[in-house]
Amino acid sequence: MHTVELPARGATTSPSVRALPQHCTVCGAEFEAAPEAICGSCLGPLEPMYPASRRLPGRAEIATRVHSMWRYREWLPFEGTPTLSQDTGFTPLVDAPRLADKLGVAKLWIKNDAVSHPSLSFKDRVVASAINAAKALGLETVGCASTGNLANAVAAQAARAGLPAWIFIPDNLEQAKVLGTAVYGPNLVRVRGHYDDVNRLCAQLADRFGWGIVNVNLRGYYGEGSKTMGFEIAEQLGWRFPSAVVVPMAGGSLLTKLHKAFGELRDAGLVTDEAPRLYGAQASGCNPITRLVESGGETLVPQIPSTIAKSIAIGNPADGVFAARAMRGTGGWSAAVSDDAIVAAIRLLAETTGIFTETAGGATVASALALAEQGRFGRDDEVVLCITGNGLKTLEAISDSIADSPVIAPRVREVAALVEAVG
Amino acid sequence: MAVTLFLPTVLARLADSGTLQSEGDTVGQVVNDIAGRYPDLAPRLRDEKGDPYAFVTFYLNDEDIRFTGSFESPVKDGDELTIVPAIAGG
Repeated sequence: MHTVELPARGATTSPSVRALPQHCTVCGAEFEAAPEAICGSCLGPLEPMYPASRRLPGRAEIATRVHSMWRYREWLPFEGTPTLSQDTGFTPLVDAPRLADKLGVAKLWIKNDAVSHPSLSFKDRVVASAINAAKALGLETVGCASTGNLANAVAAQAARAGLPAWIFIPDNLEQAKVLGTAVYGPNLVRVRGHYDDVNRLCAQLADRFGWGIVNVNLRGYYGEGSKTMGFEIAEQLGWRFPSAVVVPMAGGSLLTKLHKAFGELRDAGLVTDEAPRLYGAQASGCNPITRLVESGGETLVPQIPSTIAKSIAIGNPADGVFAARAMRGTGGWSAAVSDDAIVAAIRLLAETTGIFTETAGGATVASALALAEQGRFGRDDEVVLCITGNGLKTLEAISDSIADSPVIAPRVREVAALVEAVG
Repeated sequence: MAVTLFLPTVLARLADSGTLQSEGDTVGQVVNDIAGRYPDLAPRLRDEKGDPYAFVTFYLNDEDIRFTGSFESPVKDGDELTIVPAIAGG
């Protein structure tokens, strides 16, 4: 296990690491590294530009590196060696044969970011990238608009880095997500309204204050962290791809970045398989990307979310159009499931794999079952479900569905009666 | 109807100001007025079909106009129309 030195609180930056310049994915305009995420010309999204001449490691070299997302550092948006949040990533890929049987597929694995370090969701990956970008760009305060998991990740990693944080969340989030943010001591602000209201506010705040709002003006650097989930899936399978990956969708960014990651692995010659079919998972109460896939169109229609799956309740997803293209382009599809199905799927995952996920994970498992019902998977398929968050954060969602446990006196005969009753 | 329009920094430089005054009965009329006065800004407000430009979102007094009739949304005296880049969040 490697150790990481923690900076003193309030420490200013000495950018031994540099963020890469960016280009617009729509019009191609190029920009110097800066806390900007939209094109100054067409307002399209920016993403980092990797030097074509950079040396890429092979499988053997990667195998010698520490088990974290930084073992793929050549595909992360920095020159030099990032120093913050070095121990995020490389979560387990768990074989799930009983769930495979339920779906009627040959193999099924859970990519288990429910145990991500440090804050138990895949958002640790994107924040690890963004916070190093903030440091490289000389920003002294970070922030985010969040449905909860990102708030946890920013608060935890900012505290560790000694950076002040401003975190904005809807006012109706689950208690564990609120407390699990506040405990790190950020400036935590609850905003009346849905996530989309919070997001709009933060887009305006990024214009007003000199903060690094990780999913607004650092978004180009932030999103690259998601790719590491795809790199890990391939490496953990022995440098090959599954045939299908099911991904929860809120803003749609994770799915688009997995698509990019699989393409980059093929470009680097690390994997030669055909890229997986990508499938999206949403809740019926907030399914704008699924609707877009089903319609075959290019214009996303926003929604007012109404679902227990608050972590994926984004009615106006910024990457919705790009995620829909990735699903169609890989031969995948999208499904949306009811809140009851989400709760049932949380329990199914727990009972068949020993993994306790939050509502977004329930939506992922339930959507995979729905896609199987639709005949989207074949008997030979090898499927990975991306489980992105931890069930301990959304206990409210399942509390009504779990029966009270019996309370007994400490007597053998009372246990014997229970055993007989269970049969 | 007199409406105040707020632009993000990335668009304000095309109009030399982040706050503009305009007139109209609908959001579309307000946008047309602004587009006519600031031709460089016009293609970042509406596309070639006259619909809202894909990479901005219009909020009329905090409400996303896609929920209220898009450019047909009526405006009243004193309303505020805020334009925010669409690529954010998630």
